[in-house]
Amino acid sequence: MQKTFRPVFSLFKKDVLLEFRQQYSFYGVLLYVASTIFVLYLAMGQPENMVWNGLFWMMQLFICVNAVAKTFLQEGRGRQLYFYSICSPVHFIIARMIFNAALMLLLNAISLGLFAVLLGYSISHPWTFFGISCFGSVSISLVFSFLAAIASRAQQNAALMAILGFPIIIPQLMLLMRLSTMAFSDVFQSGLTSIVLLLACFDLLVVMLSVILFPFLWKD
Amino acid sequence: MLRKNWWKILSIVFLLYTFIAGFLGGVPAKPILNETIRNLYFHVAMWFGMMIFFIVSVIYSVRYLRNNDPIADVYATEFARTGIVFGVLGLLTGSVWAKYAWGAFWSNDPKQLGAAIALLIYLAYFILRNSMTDLDKSARISAVYNVFAFAMLFPTIWIMPRLVESLHPGGMGKNPLDTKDIDSRMRLIFWFGAVPGWTLLGVWITTLRIRLQRFSIKYERHV
Repeated sequence: MQKTFRPVFSLFKKDVLLEFRQQYSFYGVLLYVASTIFVLYLAMGQPENMVWNGLFWMMQLFICVNAVAKTFLQEGRGRQLYFYSICSPVHFIIARMIFNAALMLLLNAISLGLFAVLLGYSISHPWTFFGISCFGSVSISLVFSFLAAIASRAQQNAALMAILGFPIIIPQLMLLMRLSTMAFSDVFQSGLTSIVLLLACFDLLVVMLSVILFPFLWKD
Repeated sequence: MLRKNWWKILSIVFLLYTFIAGFLGGVPAKPILNETIRNLYFHVAMWFGMMIFFIVSVIYSVRYLRNNDPIADVYATEFARTGIVFGVLGLLTGSVWAKYAWGAFWSNDPKQLGAAIALLIYLAYFILRNSMTDLDKSARISAVYNVFAFAMLFPTIWIMPRLVESLHPGGMGKNPLDTKDIDSRMRLIFWFGAVPGWTLLGVWITTLRIRLQRFSIKYERHV
């Protein structure tokens, strides 16, 4: 366990350091978040709950595509070859997924804050919704991490990632939207646990598949 | 095996049997469905065919990843292609059936949505394949995507519609292939006529394309 943990941790540290050193890309994503939410606010004003919910999850999807694409696509061929020679693909993809999940958690908090300020925040269970949104962002980021790995091997196209990813993410997105509508209603509904479990199973499936399949993408 | 004729003739026989017995044979009188239950031989059989083709496609993708055999990649692609065709046909026959049984062509039923998602995923598979010019790379990466997408598709098509309420039979945990819904006459025609008939027809079409692709690989001529 220790032997797996240390390379993963150092790769994760490398990603975090890169973010600090090349801050322009992170600020780029932040600006994307702020501008898009502002445009949404200008277009929709303060929408009612269901519309708010839908808009929020759409925003999360697009933020995730952008943020995750950035981390994979900013590495050139030479750097990828260097990583190929020094670490195992399993460590690489796990570290990448952890980093993207952490990044999405941060962006989720920021975008939820902006949504609350601009588009209104009239939810019955605000902290439940916050928890659901964190869980959802992490789930989406796991799927898109692997898809970004695929797209980065295929001509580095961010649009390709969206094409590959949107059909696959639909079931999880629908589950998340169903889950978050429960946070809106006043009555506590019993289906919450089963949906959360189902989503957790999805995430586990995605992680397992990524760990199994990434070595095939690695040898290029 | 690809060149033998017996199974192709068999597929025609099965399909003729399905058409004739399907339209002339007796069906149980079900409320709402009435005579439209005959669509079972077309719509559901095509779905079975589509799932079989996608399963075969993913098996060949795994085989490609294990031993880098380019023919395995050809098989995977062509079966995915036929799967898409049958998926579209299944969606069309399902919409026509829905119009008469449920009132609208599309009612956002979980199984319909799952089927549409499956089609989008496999269309994206083809876009991914075509976006890369290096043949080995395109084969390997699309094989990886095929496996990933198929594993994500399983829950979407099979598990989720059973968990939520749905217009299709089998929503909320009931068995979709309930023995009380169709009787033995229909079951005979379905399992011994429709499913093998449509599946063999799809395999025939696929093997024709596979032979074409192998020819083009062998003689390096683009077809």
